[in-house]
Amino acid sequence: MTNAIELDDVSFGYDRRRPVLKGITMSIPRGQVVAIMGGSGCGKTTILRLIGGQLRQQHGQVKVDGASVRDLGREELYALRRRIGMLFQFGALFTDMTVFENIAFPMREHTDLSDALIRDLVLMKLHAVGLRGAAQLKPSELSGGMARRVALARAVALDPMLVLYDEPFAGLDPISLGVVGQLIRRLNDALGITSVIVTHDVYESLKIVDYLYFVSEGRIIAQGTPDEVRNSADPFVRQFVDGEADGPVPFHYPARSYAEELAAGAN
Amino acid sequence: MPTKPLANGLRRIGAGTIRAVSRMGFAARFFVAVLYHSPAALRRIPLTLREVYFAGVLSLVVIIVSGVFVGMVLGLQGYDTLNLYGAGDSLGLFVGLSLVRELGPVVAGLLFASRAGSAITAEIGLMKTTEQLSAMEMMAVDPLARIVAPRFWGGVISMPLLAALFSVMGVFGAYVVGVRLIGVDSGTFWGNMQAGIEFRPDVTNSIIKSVVFGVAVSLIAVFEGYDAKPTAEGVSAATTRTVVEGSLAILALDFILTVFMFRGVGDV
Repeated sequence: MTNAIELDDVSFGYDRRRPVLKGITMSIPRGQVVAIMGGSGCGKTTILRLIGGQLRQQHGQVKVDGASVRDLGREELYALRRRIGMLFQFGALFTDMTVFENIAFPMREHTDLSDALIRDLVLMKLHAVGLRGAAQLKPSELSGGMARRVALARAVALDPMLVLYDEPFAGLDPISLGVVGQLIRRLNDALGITSVIVTHDVYESLKIVDYLYFVSEGRIIAQGTPDEVRNSADPFVRQFVDGEADGPVPFHYPARSYAEELAAGAN
Repeated sequence: MPTKPLANGLRRIGAGTIRAVSRMGFAARFFVAVLYHSPAALRRIPLTLREVYFAGVLSLVVIIVSGVFVGMVLGLQGYDTLNLYGAGDSLGLFVGLSLVRELGPVVAGLLFASRAGSAITAEIGLMKTTEQLSAMEMMAVDPLARIVAPRFWGGVISMPLLAALFSVMGVFGAYVVGVRLIGVDSGTFWGNMQAGIEFRPDVTNSIIKSVVFGVAVSLIAVFEGYDAKPTAEGVSAATTRTVVEGSLAILALDFILTVFMFRGVGDV
């Protein structure tokens, strides 16, 4: 099985003093659903942005479908992006368009398909996420879960080879969460695509993914299949899976000692 | 140490200057990029027409109402002052020149910056905040071509039309007050205006001014929206900057253009 995505010793920082990623290496095989997990601000969304070419790493190599993303020119990068779908954290639907127009948007921009054919394709995508009846609604009329499903339909509008999901479960009720999770798995298998999910929702991810990476402070600190993760004795993985407040990821933000702080206030 | 506050002050001034110059450089590069993407955007006529509707048609009410009231005040105050020197009959010329040369483009520009400019900035800023621009980029659609360029040209096209309409409504307001209410002779009102206003330099320069203001305000509006911090506070600050910078740019450009356009007109 060849890899859809390869990251080799990737380091990235917005400035030299604050590195976000430090030597990340990972391989994501074709056809798999892979989760990148970690706490807020650990750098997992940055990995998605490097894969999509929105950011460029300072060190190492990011390859998508064999192409080094950093070395692509604008046209080549756009050609690659046409084969990538992305679901943003809160959907990022175009608020001035209806649900139908949102999904038709990439088709109208990148193909010469007739209106009749686009209509059929859009309805097919909406049917796949169970929202054919919502085609004429505006994004403001949708619930959070519905918006996420519409964004999912838009992400697969051009039948991509790869779909990137940025926090697809954030802020969803339990039913919507299950629906979105199952849709990700079903669409991945039905369309034969590769999916990368950036999330901190460990329970939902363990149900649907083939492999997980745990990222903390810009490094991969654990990885494995869902079964390996469930049975892992690694303190970080245990803290994450069991939702412990304190552990390898400290409860307190770094600061000088409490006693010192109080003494300073008294002086 | 007394030198420390001084050094800190100088450091702040230096940092602020570097930030301002770097931002101006970014704005200049942004302008070039917008122009580069303009042919593709203009080829898709419905996109630009939609923005002409939002920037132009939706500004009609404020332009028409303001134009009428400004014209009525001009009529009233102008007649009062001119009549002191026995020149009340020149009201038509006075109002026409004031509106065509200055008030039409300037006041319409200020209103345009407040209504349409702020709306453009807020829309683009919110699209950035809600990741709609990023989503577009990830769909291999350049937001500069799809979002920014049509809004820029929508503003540039709308502005001269709004300025012309403002002047027409101003003349109408002055006519109502001067001729209908005060009793200036209608033939004198229109005749003086027709005799005293030249197509060139008056009307042509008025059009040039309004186009320049349209470019300036539209560029500021799209740039501030695109450069806004992606937070509620950031969009709010960007919208305010559009109105303030747009208004100041209009007033400064108006002075510069007036110096060049009407130099020597009084000697004729």
